[in-house]
Amino acid sequence: MAEFTLPKTSKVQKGKHFAAQPGGRNLRTFRVYRWDPDVGGNPCLDTYEVDVTGSPMVLDVLLKIKNEIDATLTLRRSCREGVCGSCAMNIDGENTLACTKGLDELPDGDVDVYPLPHMPVVKDLVPDLTHFYAQYASIKPWMQTESAAGSRERLQSPEDRTKLDGLYECILCACCTAACPSSWWNPDRFLGPAVLLQAYRWVVDSRDEATGERLDYLDDRFRLYRCHTIMNCTNTCPKGLNPAKAIAGIKQLLVNRTV
Amino acid sequence: MSNTRPLSPHLVIYRWRVNMLQSTLHRLTGLFLCLGALLVTWGLIAAADGRVAWNVFAGFWSSGIGLVLLFIWTWSLLFHLCNGIQHLLRDTGRNFGLPTRDRTHDPVYWSTGWFVIAISIALTVLVWVLLIVRMQGGAA
Repeated sequence: MAEFTLPKTSKVQKGKHFAAQPGGRNLRTFRVYRWDPDVGGNPCLDTYEVDVTGSPMVLDVLLKIKNEIDATLTLRRSCREGVCGSCAMNIDGENTLACTKGLDELPDGDVDVYPLPHMPVVKDLVPDLTHFYAQYASIKPWMQTESAAGSRERLQSPEDRTKLDGLYECILCACCTAACPSSWWNPDRFLGPAVLLQAYRWVVDSRDEATGERLDYLDDRFRLYRCHTIMNCTNTCPKGLNPAKAIAGIKQLLVNRTV
Repeated sequence: MSNTRPLSPHLVIYRWRVNMLQSTLHRLTGLFLCLGALLVTWGLIAAADGRVAWNVFAGFWSSGIGLVLLFIWTWSLLFHLCNGIQHLLRDTGRNFGLPTRDRTHDPVYWSTGWFVIAISIALTVLVWVLLIVRMQGGAA
């Protein structure tokens, strides 16, 4: 049964307020989710007044907070250009990459920053993605072949190659899976949009020879069919991909196989 | 136990777009329609039982509360139908927008959702206008 409310120890409380430093001109207020395993207790929402001059992206602001206001703020980031997927988090109510989310894209007012929804929190904005990666591993995300390997790489026609467009670009940032209400209510049994998009990526790869086995694995009430085309995944994908359409593709292949 | 990892907030912090509203309404109207099916059974039993039972049934549905409930049921049925057609469409791989898009310049918040809601409301009003016109025509 779906748990719509947070466990008592996960409820977010009011946190500290960090007022603007003197001389700050272009001020913006950020409310950031904080939880420290060394302190324990309930998570809280700290408020930071930041001068955002010269900080075009949300990641720039978070790093400015960390560097100049509160060094204890913890977050993952690496490439700062939307390629690695490390800084995936919930900004202004929707999951995205902090590094590609411009302040000019946000509506006026305070900006709320939370970790990816419905995940165990390691610290502050860092969620525990162990389960997500285990689900990814379960779909065997590598090429499976039975035919003998030739003297060179397995070839693919340009037409077959285009079938992977919109799929291979996925960076596994988990924005979509953490945005999906079906994943929230059935995290242990539903694979979630990111993993299903990846599964589809291997199913439609002309060089892969385990298509049948892959579809067998997906043909399950929970693994695949908990998707009710809510479309949060497609709305939120920071790479502009379409996991919902990929999942529909799997469903169609399963129908084609039975009729 | 105070330092077991908390669960990050989900439903209350996530921004509601029309697609989430649709999904929730699809469930709620589905539940409501199940309840309605029971009341239809009541009507059938009342009709079979005779005039007294039927008058109780008809009396309830022509009362103010009965009419409001009927109106909600009409909309529930039509919304569930329209949204179901959208589900069918998506099951055939249509109505997903472009396979890839520039998210900054081309956000997709499933405007077909507002279309489904608008059509279901329009159809409900149409059904009731027809009903009222017919009832007045019958009385005259």
